[in-house]
Amino acid sequence: MNEFIQHTINGLALGSIYALVALGYTMVFGVLQLINFAHGDIFMVGSFIGLYFIRFAIPNAEPSIFTAIMVLIAAMVGSAIVGVIIEKFAYRPLRKAPRINILITAIGVSLLLEYGGQLVFGASPQFFPDILPRKLIDIGGDIILDSNQLTIFVMSFVLMQILSFLVFKTQFGRSMRAISHSLETANLIGINVNKVILITFIIGSALAGAAGVLYGVAYPKIDPLLGLLPGLKAFIAAVLGGIGNITGAVIGAIILGLSETYVAGYISSTYRDALAFVILIIVLLVRPGGLLGSKKIEKV
Amino acid sequence: MDANTLVVENLKVNYGNVQALKGISFSVPKGKIVSLIGANGAGKTTTLRAISGNCPSNGNVSFHGHSISNKQSYQLVGEGLIHCPEGRGIFPNLTVMENLQLGIVGRHSAKEHFQKNLQIGFELFPRLKERISQAAGTLSGGEQQMLAIARALIGEPELLLLDEPSLGLAPQVVKLIFEIVVKINKEKGVTVLLVEQNAKQALKISDYAYVLETGTISLEGKGSELLDNEDVKKIYLGEH
Repeated sequence: MNEFIQHTINGLALGSIYALVALGYTMVFGVLQLINFAHGDIFMVGSFIGLYFIRFAIPNAEPSIFTAIMVLIAAMVGSAIVGVIIEKFAYRPLRKAPRINILITAIGVSLLLEYGGQLVFGASPQFFPDILPRKLIDIGGDIILDSNQLTIFVMSFVLMQILSFLVFKTQFGRSMRAISHSLETANLIGINVNKVILITFIIGSALAGAAGVLYGVAYPKIDPLLGLLPGLKAFIAAVLGGIGNITGAVIGAIILGLSETYVAGYISSTYRDALAFVILIIVLLVRPGGLLGSKKIEKV
Repeated sequence: MDANTLVVENLKVNYGNVQALKGISFSVPKGKIVSLIGANGAGKTTTLRAISGNCPSNGNVSFHGHSISNKQSYQLVGEGLIHCPEGRGIFPNLTVMENLQLGIVGRHSAKEHFQKNLQIGFELFPRLKERISQAAGTLSGGEQQMLAIARALIGEPELLLLDEPSLGLAPQVVKLIFEIVVKINKEKGVTVLLVEQNAKQALKISDYAYVLETGTISLEGKGSELLDNEDVKKIYLGEH
């Protein structure tokens, strides 16, 4: 039982990082019907922006909540800027082109960030310094609660609450959901579609940037290909929840995070990465719309 | 003299190699109801979409005397030219209230009157009030049409482009919708450009009307005159 609780704690922390990334996938898919393959790489860029911010802007900062929040904000702002550049220069010119063109462009942007990242940051893994005072708290039994995990969970939760407010309570959120139903009608009734799409990229990229920093906190070794696997897994989480559905993305990510840690803990960590793909195949076979998705199957 | 709210000159639209509008010209005087009638595929909806900046077109369109040919939809909504799309032009995944809230999304000047206009909308369509927190997709066809019109009114239009408000609705609902269009026009002074297949109803309430036939205007006249016109009777009103 204790072991189970320990795995659950680890799984929730991992799942909440996936959730932050999955939200970006699902929001962009909602407004553009585009699977933004570059999204996982924005996550990587966020991680590096965090790292360089610590190195050059606050080299002597003591690990503290305050430091962590500063790094988080820097990474979110930096990633948002990268997101804006990608949307404006890579995706917007293709708004009226066939969907396959923009999909291929997304793959191109992804490769550009991965290999451009190797050029700029170097190909070898770098150490992500502690930005939080880490404590291991023994909470009875053999259960160890890592304070970093707790922080990751809390920060993700706070960011998701802010997002949920934006999406469900503001005119921006209503416009975004309107566009996800019909871009044409949204345009017709006076929604500035390009502006809403741009804000969607800003928010999605900022969340990915935050996830990049939290990932660095949990697994302090980062490299320019970092975005590949977590990016794919977050995408699978979004599909599992029903792509385009915001609540679904969070649920899918938590399920994926939990099942990965259970599989690693009870079976073998060798199967950990394969699990996500097994889930993807099962979802596509059994319920292609995802857990909360109901819509028609989209051709890509 | 009445000023014209909308003047359309030589408007052309191509879909690929097909010319959907072959250069039509007409005008909508301030405070009037003007109809475009015609069969399926005559280019009625295309005309509205071209006016509100939703499909590429040639020719000139002016609103309050200024050319709007190069403006985007959301800018036009901001100026008071509001397009109420046909049939199911609402967002089924949003609640009724959220749909109504989007009525002011492009129209800053209407923001402070939102509550007041919402009440006016509820007076016109009491059924919407009962369904305020329901997902709009669960409404009946008639209610969805009412929602679309109410949403357009919340933006305080000066010119309302109304696309097929009677499409697929029961005759009683059609009657109600047309009564409300007249009410909006008479009481609120909203200028209306109405596109309809239901020629009889449309002509009855129109001050002036144009008959559109495969991309050209074949006939025009006062609503009452066209109702008595032999060709119109035969082709569009199903009388012999």
